[in-house]
Amino acid sequence: MAKRTIIPFGPQHPVLPEPIHLDLVIEDERVVEAIPSIGYIHRGLEKLVEKNEWPEMVYVIERVCGICSFGHGWGYCKTIEGNMGIEVPPRAEYLRTIWHELGRIHSHLLWLGLLADAFGFESLFMHTWRLRETILDIFEETTGGRVIFSVCKVGGLRKDVADEKLAEIAETLNGLKKEFRELAGVFLEDVSVKSRLAGVGVLSYDEAAALGTVGPVARGSGLNNDVRLDGHGAYAELGFEPCLETDGDCYARCKVRVREVFQSIDLIGRAIAKMPEGEIAAAVKGNPAGEFVGRMEQPRGEAYYYSKGAGAKFLERIRVRTPTNANIPALVKTLQGCDLADVPILVLTIDPCISCTER
Amino acid sequence: MTERKDLIQDILPIEAVELLGAAQDLRTAGYRLGQACATFAGEELELLYSFEKDNVLKNLKVRIDAKAPEIQSVTAVFGYAFIYENEMHDLFGITFKNLSLDYGGKFFKIAKETPWNPAYVKPETVGGDD
Repeated sequence: MAKRTIIPFGPQHPVLPEPIHLDLVIEDERVVEAIPSIGYIHRGLEKLVEKNEWPEMVYVIERVCGICSFGHGWGYCKTIEGNMGIEVPPRAEYLRTIWHELGRIHSHLLWLGLLADAFGFESLFMHTWRLRETILDIFEETTGGRVIFSVCKVGGLRKDVADEKLAEIAETLNGLKKEFRELAGVFLEDVSVKSRLAGVGVLSYDEAAALGTVGPVARGSGLNNDVRLDGHGAYAELGFEPCLETDGDCYARCKVRVREVFQSIDLIGRAIAKMPEGEIAAAVKGNPAGEFVGRMEQPRGEAYYYSKGAGAKFLERIRVRTPTNANIPALVKTLQGCDLADVPILVLTIDPCISCTER
Repeated sequence: MTERKDLIQDILPIEAVELLGAAQDLRTAGYRLGQACATFAGEELELLYSFEKDNVLKNLKVRIDAKAPEIQSVTAVFGYAFIYENEMHDLFGITFKNLSLDYGGKFFKIAKETPWNPAYVKPETVGGDD
């Protein structure tokens, strides 16, 4: 019988952008068990609800993540708007959809770059992040920020975007689409890339469902639980259909994200073409006095936002359940039985965001 | 106008002893577990389990005593609930009976002393530090 050894993986590791710790129990070069632990960058963001009035909490919740900050801000506003029965103007819903999809492109390009870096394809990494700068520039031009935007508020938005600017964004994204098509060809067709990803970390449809998997990880196994189908934002009017793959391996998860970049560009184009005129914020009166459970499809998958208020300026509870949290069971499962050398790629393909998970 | 399924809110208060059975019924009906969390509610802890099917949510709310919080784990029905129940154990001091994957309080490691539950009475330890 092979000797069992425990290898500590993380919280600091070259492949980890953020600190998660895994105790990898290995026999020879094979992982037999992975025991996760988190908490290294827990910031107590949910507890700040005791010190910040509910309209201010949007700034805190945006800071749950530096990649999908807009989506978290929207998710928080959505749960408060549901709690208070506020109807958001259509133009605000369309603009929120555009910024959120820009965030998805930004997140996926960041992840694809990290993936390329993880398997040693430095030039692919640099080109992917070069394209990502285009999205950050759009954020800066439209919101004033590149990471935290603070344009979302309960009831709508703080800033409008002029129609001329929207037309310019559509043109910029068409250019980005052409450039990304070349990179997508490398990610999906290059022999060395494919050999590193195909057949690695397979998660079947049944396993993905049984493990509560969300986001591109779930969709890479054919599981359709995309929250954008629930009728919020402008998605229903834009004709949204999720990108699904069936192989369930690292390659399938990569392919879903590549397809979603193109899909987000198309969604933004359609949203700009159909942009309604009108107000960007509804009037908000009173304080939240009930409970509401809202969801968003963040770039990494489904996120939950629970708010509970008692008619006061301070909420009694805000809870954020992020997609990485939901994907840890799938990570623990796929690591069992894998080669030690595949652990970095497997950890990376769930696109872990640990500061989101710990809040 | 498209139906806003996200606006349908169904939050059902139940007794703690009913949780496992209710979770089983929801699973049989095709629901999946979305999240679980705890909230302080005076001398009690309020647990909220959210389930989703076809983008419609059902939430089960359970109240338990905050001094010695204990409840049956739902991992027998939804195995992946271990991730939420280990977190609630580590941060709120809730004991989950029959938790299928128990990290023994070592899942959520933070510098601040846990659990945060102000009413929680820490059980006496025998045999000193380990």
